[in-house]
Amino acid sequence: MTQALDEIKIGGLGASRTRVEDNRFIRGKGNYVDDIVLPGMLHMEILRSPLAHARIRSIDTSKAWAIPGVRLVLTGEMMATRNLAWMPTLSYDTQAVLATDKVRFQGQEVACVVADDPYIAKDACEAIVVDYEPLPVVVNPVQAMAEGAPLIRDDKENQLDNVVYDWEVGDRTGTDRAFAEADLVSKLELHYPRSHPSPIECCGSIADYNRSTSKLTVYITSQAPHIVRAAVALVAELPEHMIRIISPDLGGGFGNKVPVYPGYVISILASILTERPVKWIEDKSGNLISTGFGRDVYLRGEMALRKDGKILGVRMHTDADHGAFFSDAQPSKFKIGLMHSAFACYDVPAAHLTARGMYTNKAPGGVAYRCSFRVTEAMFFQERMVQAAADDLGMDQAEFRRKNFVRDDDFPHRTAFGFLTDSGQYGKCLDVGLEAVGYQDFLLQKEEAKKNGRLLGIGISTMTEPLGAGNSREYDILGIKMFDSAELRVHMTGKAILRTGAKSQGQGHETTWAQIVSHELGIPAEDIVVEEGDTDTAPFGMGTYASRSTPVAGAAVAMVSRKIRAKARKLAAHLLEVSEEDVEWELGRFYLRSAPDRGVTIQECAMAAYSNMPDGMEPGLENNAYYDPPNLTWPFGCYIATVEVDPETGVWDVLNMVAVDDCGVRINPMIVEGQIMGGLTEAFAMASMQFITFDAEGNCVGSNYMDYLLPTAWETPGFELHEVVTPCPHHPIGAKGVGECATVGGPAAFVNAVMDALRGTGVRNIDMPLLPDRVYEALTMRHDVSGAPPVKTDDS
Amino acid sequence: MSSLYDEISPESPDDVPVLRVTMTVNGEKRAADVEPRLLLAHLLRYGFRMTGTHTGCDTSNCGACTVLLDGKAIKSCTMLAIQANGHEVTTVEGLATASELHPIQEGFKQEHGLQCGFCTPGMMLAAKALLDDNDDPTEDEVRWALSGNLCRCTGYQNIVKSVLWAAAKLRAEAPAADQESELT
Repeated sequence: MTQALDEIKIGGLGASRTRVEDNRFIRGKGNYVDDIVLPGMLHMEILRSPLAHARIRSIDTSKAWAIPGVRLVLTGEMMATRNLAWMPTLSYDTQAVLATDKVRFQGQEVACVVADDPYIAKDACEAIVVDYEPLPVVVNPVQAMAEGAPLIRDDKENQLDNVVYDWEVGDRTGTDRAFAEADLVSKLELHYPRSHPSPIECCGSIADYNRSTSKLTVYITSQAPHIVRAAVALVAELPEHMIRIISPDLGGGFGNKVPVYPGYVISILASILTERPVKWIEDKSGNLISTGFGRDVYLRGEMALRKDGKILGVRMHTDADHGAFFSDAQPSKFKIGLMHSAFACYDVPAAHLTARGMYTNKAPGGVAYRCSFRVTEAMFFQERMVQAAADDLGMDQAEFRRKNFVRDDDFPHRTAFGFLTDSGQYGKCLDVGLEAVGYQDFLLQKEEAKKNGRLLGIGISTMTEPLGAGNSREYDILGIKMFDSAELRVHMTGKAILRTGAKSQGQGHETTWAQIVSHELGIPAEDIVVEEGDTDTAPFGMGTYASRSTPVAGAAVAMVSRKIRAKARKLAAHLLEVSEEDVEWELGRFYLRSAPDRGVTIQECAMAAYSNMPDGMEPGLENNAYYDPPNLTWPFGCYIATVEVDPETGVWDVLNMVAVDDCGVRINPMIVEGQIMGGLTEAFAMASMQFITFDAEGNCVGSNYMDYLLPTAWETPGFELHEVVTPCPHHPIGAKGVGECATVGGPAAFVNAVMDALRGTGVRNIDMPLLPDRVYEALTMRHDVSGAPPVKTDDS
Repeated sequence: MSSLYDEISPESPDDVPVLRVTMTVNGEKRAADVEPRLLLAHLLRYGFRMTGTHTGCDTSNCGACTVLLDGKAIKSCTMLAIQANGHEVTTVEGLATASELHPIQEGFKQEHGLQCGFCTPGMMLAAKALLDDNDDPTEDEVRWALSGNLCRCTGYQNIVKSVLWAAAKLRAEAPAADQESELT
């Protein structure tokens, strides 16, 4: 009798297998875009606007051309002659590639230089003289909506104001009715500040137009190389089959590397014009001031409550600051992303959301920064409103949540905004979290500490979020449906190569995808190589963002493995000389039902596919799968923070942070925990220090790492992780997305904790980040502190 | 960084100063003719083709470019190549031997101390500077030693664990090494 395979030993589902990609990274042998050198390669540098809003009177490039080693200088005017001065965004707007008429935000691309080395290119950029006529600047939605506000998008016909969209979702009349019946209405206004995803590696590309074959190869920092190929085909009017996009190792992405940036497009044109490879590597300031930001949304929220704590209805109005171009990377049907996923974990009878988007003189973007399309804002608003409501009712914050949770036996549950949640054990997750943090004890400690003038606080944040777009019925980007793909080739010795349409930027796909194949086929994970990111070899996919890899591409990996197994079964029956119905499967092996000792391994089937196939069977053992998920996946997270606020300075310290995540079945627990830990770090960053703001002139404050504060090992607290597992009912292996849960749910836990510590001061809100001076102001002046950018007045 | 065949512009001035720098990189003597303004990180990456040293922020905040200069952790993006003339430089490529990983590298793999890998070389070299000095650091000492290096994917908990793992391994190996030196 053969011994059944031990799935953990072969690196299958549930194995905390160390990562394949680490072997090159720890040796400094990663292959990032800037590591690639092509023969004859030139270097490109972009000149950016120092002003936030100004008309361009003239650009003089003559001094730049005169610098030895300069090969090409491009301006918007020259781009326009090739119809490339503007490009479409991922949200059906247009964006300037190089400015022609005017600049609309500080850091906008104005000209570019291509030279023999990057130092010369930088010198030449400084030699370009641009004559600007400054215009009045708009830095927030209030200014954008004000009467007589300067029109930012005067390039667009029929655009007579600064409104990008005015959108609503939900049941207005039902919600009005709920509010009419309410015993109490709880209100909260706040701002989720602009933040930059800021991967340590900036954006960059190497465009290599081959003049012999007319084929264009672009090495690029993209989380979605196939989307880039489609965009380049449309923008540059090049045939799609003559474009090869290669996304090599990426130094982080977090949504920042989803959009198509002007720099990519310019490097492509520069390569076509010079017939040489052209490398463009953005510097950190360029990355921070011009590429896809996250958040920057204002909320006016109201909750209709019954005396006993039941939520009757929710009203939300959001004003989003989209910057100069509407270039959010999000499903086209939803103008403010999945903001309406708010309150999905609560049983809310009626809800209504109105959302307005505004143009301002700030960088465009609105990317899903470590979240699923504005879900971070949705859940933050939700959990801040929930705490405010519990306070208004005088109810315990844990009890209020428990009372309103969707119950375990209520699934599938249609939310008030129309989403279908399908699984979860919300109450259990909360219990695990409360137990881990020692909730009741802490409440006592807090009262005790208060007597000695110490301010302790505890904050809870619970949420379920929609991860893994699509289904294709509702989710598309520029009309391209959001499915994903996998292609698997099993070689004759039973080793295999797997390619998917996703693109890892640190998630560890090379490790985890192999584990899914291993789980489905019993091939040891170390025998499976995973490749992604090359559009010439990988099947079409929408890429990796919004925690969609495991829910969509990961599902495709399972499905293609099952197709391979189905063919292997036929081969096994042939080898065993029985009919297919008599063959049973166990991990890695088919055997005869009547005689389990007689069997063939998956490796033997693979060999037969090339050497001994039955008559009439197509040779080989390979297939592909395109997976269109029936629904989003709905992981649940419960985050509980305890803090101590120093009343003398406004400084707050995290005493404990407990995270309970239910992301369904975990493929590689080590990697899942790593993702959660990283997400919590970014949650702490946003709550405590990380934000991009602007002065009244539209100068970006936070344009480099000296001003844009990111926490280090010294500031970042420790985290305690717990898990609950509720498998996803529709995912082939029961997994849900997880990469972003902690970033989405975490911030509200920290803020709620600090607000809890300030209870009794009458302060209802301090906008993130909770910098010590803001907390101190709230404590001493006993008023809310807003973080909105300043509005310029005549005397300022 | 010109080579035998590099085309130059006919207008190129012939007075661009070029200096010969010589340094020991990972135990090997290396030299290059460089402009005085060339940054050490760029010489390592583009001149010597050792691309394990990354540049992230250009302002010595992120630490992705951290290398050791005479055993001390420095940010190579804000040091001129000529300042390293005559010195010893250790990069990530110098951590492992042909057959064996350095315990710090093993630690990062075992404790899942990296995700995208971009900050990793700098983190490991900052850790090496610490452990060369102190092979039994507390968690706080590790956190302080790494506070000049930023990570965006992993957070720091696993990175700190990785360094502590390496410290334990180094201590476990140390007595054997001492014994060996006594014998010889």
